[in-house]
Amino acid sequence: MTDVASDIGHRASDFIKMKVAVIKYNAGNVQSVLYALERLGAEAELTDDPDEIRSADKIIFPGQGEASSAMTYLKARQLDQVIREIKQPFLGVCLGLQLLCEHSEENNTDCLGIFPVKVKKFIPENSQEFKVPHIGWNELENLADNVLFRDLPESKFLYYVHSYYAELSEVTIATTHYIHDFTAILHRDNYWAIQAHPEKSSTVGEKLLSNFLSI
Amino acid sequence: MLTKRIIPCLDIKDGRTVKGVNFVQLRDAGDPVELAKIYSDEGADELVFLDITATVDKRKTLAELVTKVAKAINIPFTVGGGISTVEDVKVLLAAGADKISINSAAVKNPVVIDQMAREFGSQCIVVAIDTRNVDGIDFVHTHGGRKPTLLKTQAWAQEVANRGAGEILLTSMDHDGTKSGFANELTAEISSALSIPVIASGGAGSMPHFKDVFTFGKADAALAASIFHFKEIPVPNLKEYLNGEGISIRK
Repeated sequence: MTDVASDIGHRASDFIKMKVAVIKYNAGNVQSVLYALERLGAEAELTDDPDEIRSADKIIFPGQGEASSAMTYLKARQLDQVIREIKQPFLGVCLGLQLLCEHSEENNTDCLGIFPVKVKKFIPENSQEFKVPHIGWNELENLADNVLFRDLPESKFLYYVHSYYAELSEVTIATTHYIHDFTAILHRDNYWAIQAHPEKSSTVGEKLLSNFLSI
Repeated sequence: MLTKRIIPCLDIKDGRTVKGVNFVQLRDAGDPVELAKIYSDEGADELVFLDITATVDKRKTLAELVTKVAKAINIPFTVGGGISTVEDVKVLLAAGADKISINSAAVKNPVVIDQMAREFGSQCIVVAIDTRNVDGIDFVHTHGGRKPTLLKTQAWAQEVANRGAGEILLTSMDHDGTKSGFANELTAEISSALSIPVIASGGAGSMPHFKDVFTFGKADAALAASIFHFKEIPVPNLKEYLNGEGISIRK
């Protein structure tokens, strides 16, 4: 598996001593995030223990699921407070991005408020042309100058599966177009978040993850 | 812009690929992990693994295989074949599958679609529909297309979408194996009527067939097996062709 890491400009040994906490909550598809980190050579632990999360070098907040039940689950375990107080580099993925925003239209849910951004549902103007959910490979555009984008390959397609999107905002550092432009990636302080699934997005996704681990 | 997806399909029996494959790079033509890795490196957008293992006790091999594949490849993949219960889905998703596909079980007990979608989310539930035209009317068939049902294909597609399927994998038994092109008319009819993506399958024989199914057929994705396995149409060549024809494709 070390060839994957070297293909994208990192040696697997770069991340070997690093402790990555992947936050465990009632969201699906966590396994593929763990496998992607493993391919990069990082030692990842799936955990909902606040102390483990607080002491990790990097934290990843993955997810696929529904916003209000995820928020209820996080609050019941005080993970909402833990997430707000993190000082280390923190990466939200997919539902993880949406939960880091202020509010989601999905069951009218107040979220964590790390990013001052609202999450809305895709409304297709023409259901023949635009289906919801937005499923498949779509391109990153309007990339800001950011450490996350260092040495990205020329082809910048990522794999998306989602029905809700974050609006464009001051903390948007990349966009994608579906029906209209929406936020592909957010960054503020030590928090980053990606709407697509980098763990399933070929070498581009792996490069985004390894850049995050290198912060 | 959202791209059209190219999906190679691998038939699996007892944890090994069956039907011929003819890749010179392969050390072991039966190893699904090795084949999956080649497709993913070549730019396939997704993969489908169809398990045709007959016996229940050998299904454990499938979950082990799913984990090996999930560890090795960095693109999404769907697992189908013989899945009938919420528990089956749980096992395969936990093993690392991104989506599962159900077919005969959904026809037999449609409410299972609702249950699976509620439990795991629509995004990971693909309903496969095998269709055959009988005297001008498209009917759903089960058991690998051998067993006819009284369900009309268009109505069944609408029903599975209403019940929470995230995607439809539409295989035309009339076109499958003919290499004469996809069932463009039927695919277009279903894709236009539904708000979920449709993956077209059956009939791919040349690169223009893919262009046709994405344009006339309004398909969101196209699936094929033998033409990829035998390198008749290498995935990179197909993508270059489609890109040149103005189809939105991942480069």
